[in-house]
Amino acid sequence: MTKQSFWSWLFKARELSLIVVIVALIAVTTVTQPQYLFSEGGLRDLLRTPTLYIALAVGQAIVMITRNIDLSMGSILGLTAYFCGNLFHEAPWIPIPVVILLTLVFGAVLGAVNGFLVAFLRVPALVITLGTLYAYRGISVLWIGGNFIRPEWVPADFKKFALSNVFGVSNLLIVALIVVLIAGWFMTSRRTGRDLYAIGSNPDAAVLYGLRTKWLTFIPFVISGTLAGLAGIVYVSIYATGDSKVGLGFELQAVAAAVVGGVAVAGGAGRIWGVALGAFFLATLTTALPVLSIPSLWQQALVGVLIVGAITLDRVFFLIRLRQARKELSA
Amino acid sequence: MTVETTYRRHDRPLWRRLLLRPEAILIFAIILIVVLSIIGIPNYLRPNPGYTFTTLLLNAVPILILLLPLTLIIATGEIDISVGSILGLSSASFGLLFEAGVPLPLAAVLSVIIGGLIGAVNGFLVTIVGLPSLAVTIGMLALVRGIAVGILGTTSVTSFPPEVTSFVRSSIPGTPVPWLIVVFVVLAIVFGVLLHFTAFGRGVFAIGLSSETAAFSGVNVNRTKFILFVLSGLTAALVGVLFTLQYSNAIGSNGNGFELRAITAIVLGGVSIWGGTGTLLGAIVGGLFIATVNKSLQVLGIGDDAIYVITGSALIVSVVIASVASVISTRRRVTTSAT
Repeated sequence: MTKQSFWSWLFKARELSLIVVIVALIAVTTVTQPQYLFSEGGLRDLLRTPTLYIALAVGQAIVMITRNIDLSMGSILGLTAYFCGNLFHEAPWIPIPVVILLTLVFGAVLGAVNGFLVAFLRVPALVITLGTLYAYRGISVLWIGGNFIRPEWVPADFKKFALSNVFGVSNLLIVALIVVLIAGWFMTSRRTGRDLYAIGSNPDAAVLYGLRTKWLTFIPFVISGTLAGLAGIVYVSIYATGDSKVGLGFELQAVAAAVVGGVAVAGGAGRIWGVALGAFFLATLTTALPVLSIPSLWQQALVGVLIVGAITLDRVFFLIRLRQARKELSA
Repeated sequence: MTVETTYRRHDRPLWRRLLLRPEAILIFAIILIVVLSIIGIPNYLRPNPGYTFTTLLLNAVPILILLLPLTLIIATGEIDISVGSILGLSSASFGLLFEAGVPLPLAAVLSVIIGGLIGAVNGFLVTIVGLPSLAVTIGMLALVRGIAVGILGTTSVTSFPPEVTSFVRSSIPGTPVPWLIVVFVVLAIVFGVLLHFTAFGRGVFAIGLSSETAAFSGVNVNRTKFILFVLSGLTAALVGVLFTLQYSNAIGSNGNGFELRAITAIVLGGVSIWGGTGTLLGAIVGGLFIATVNKSLQVLGIGDDAIYVITGSALIVSVVIASVASVISTRRRVTTSAT
């Protein structure tokens, strides 16, 4: 009995263990190089880069909870980032909030294409989003070519927003918190959110229960496209530059953040704030690697280790709990 | 309902049934593209040496070999999207081993074995641990590519003996057919026989249709899947070695995006993405179709980026058509059995 509660405790304590790991990682890195945390730029980067990852990971998580996947998020990030930068450049008269809104809508449309094909034409999400991963990237290469977002295109107010903070908390981190709060509230307390868990955990039962599964499959892709668009905006605000390669491979980081944060690969389970912690962890790891003198070349390998490790551990814990539950039943 | 289906299928004359197969339609499409290109593109038949039919085949071979085991995996209803990364790791390790003084054949064998081991890890996680192959191979896609890029860094190995690399690129004397096609044909026959003429192959389709039914009929589901993932790893690594010699360049980014091209070829060739149906010939013709389209686009001077857009869209369009067709035929079947 004590053993079982230990395993279930460990499983439930994912968020707690993530916090411990993040704090430990920051501590080790800071001991190696104090500037990592104790400098103006260091703390600022630590608190604003995660926004990029959190936006992507929350979108990916909502799609994965419905037992689908969105591999095109990195390409949508790239397209929307240039869209946003280019809009600043070509139409400087448009107010910044309108540019942001238009970019979000553009991301939503790109996501809706995925959602339409997956939900209404009943094609596996993997195939569709693998196709759009390359199609969207190809479109951005054709569109952007050798061009890139130039820092002088981006309005000063917009760059300043990313640099400033409210009571010491970076503006961008506040944006991330708002995203997490809204997504968390939507997934736990709204009818539609609970329905998303339902179609992920048992699609056949969801149909029999009378849920509008097509619609519910469509919605998450629009959300993930919109959040990838948000990530594109955040990218422009942080770096104020970017070529046709922006966001390359970020879909894998989003998947990694989601599974590390506790989203089940088979759908139907996962908490948004766990995912946010997973994303925060991944972002911290990305900035900590060079400081810990691990070449950034190994970063992708680490992302792979995190995905494979997290899904394997989840499965092993699940099998152990299953075995113990059976033992208790037969006893 | 089964009786109705069989009746309906054999209702049509043989020639119509053959002509309506995806393989036949694709072959017509290939012929059409070649004819249109000959008419429409001035230098198509006598272009500069970079775009001969030999180079068309040379460019197509890596994908054609890669798709052989992948077709079997997709026929079981699983997927392996780590093949491009395994190709890259095999290329990187082959280059590093050769640079470290290991004899070329031994370096090749060791690299292929590494690929087999990665395939075994995929197979282990899918069958014994029981994880979805999509999640496992996405993780391995990142992990294996990361290792490939990590061990070689930004450098590349290009110092392969010129007599070996030029032999790999050369054609059978007196023909425009490159030697690599021989490798492909041998492997295609092996995989073709395995899929269509053995009990193992029947098991592959049975798993794709319903793995429970297959298991009750005596198919060892886990063993079959495990073998397929190992074969996929071995083949991808073999392609990595050949690809490295072909272009005399070992670099961690080799084979980037090849999983997309291979899956596109397979789905275009009429293999169901849900598993259970399809032929190896169809997948191969699908690969040739993509190669033909690429050649025409290249002669027209359209770059790789546009080709990515087209390949990505081709994948989407082909699955959508397959999906819509299956919906229509199910409806028709329902109405026929109702009347």
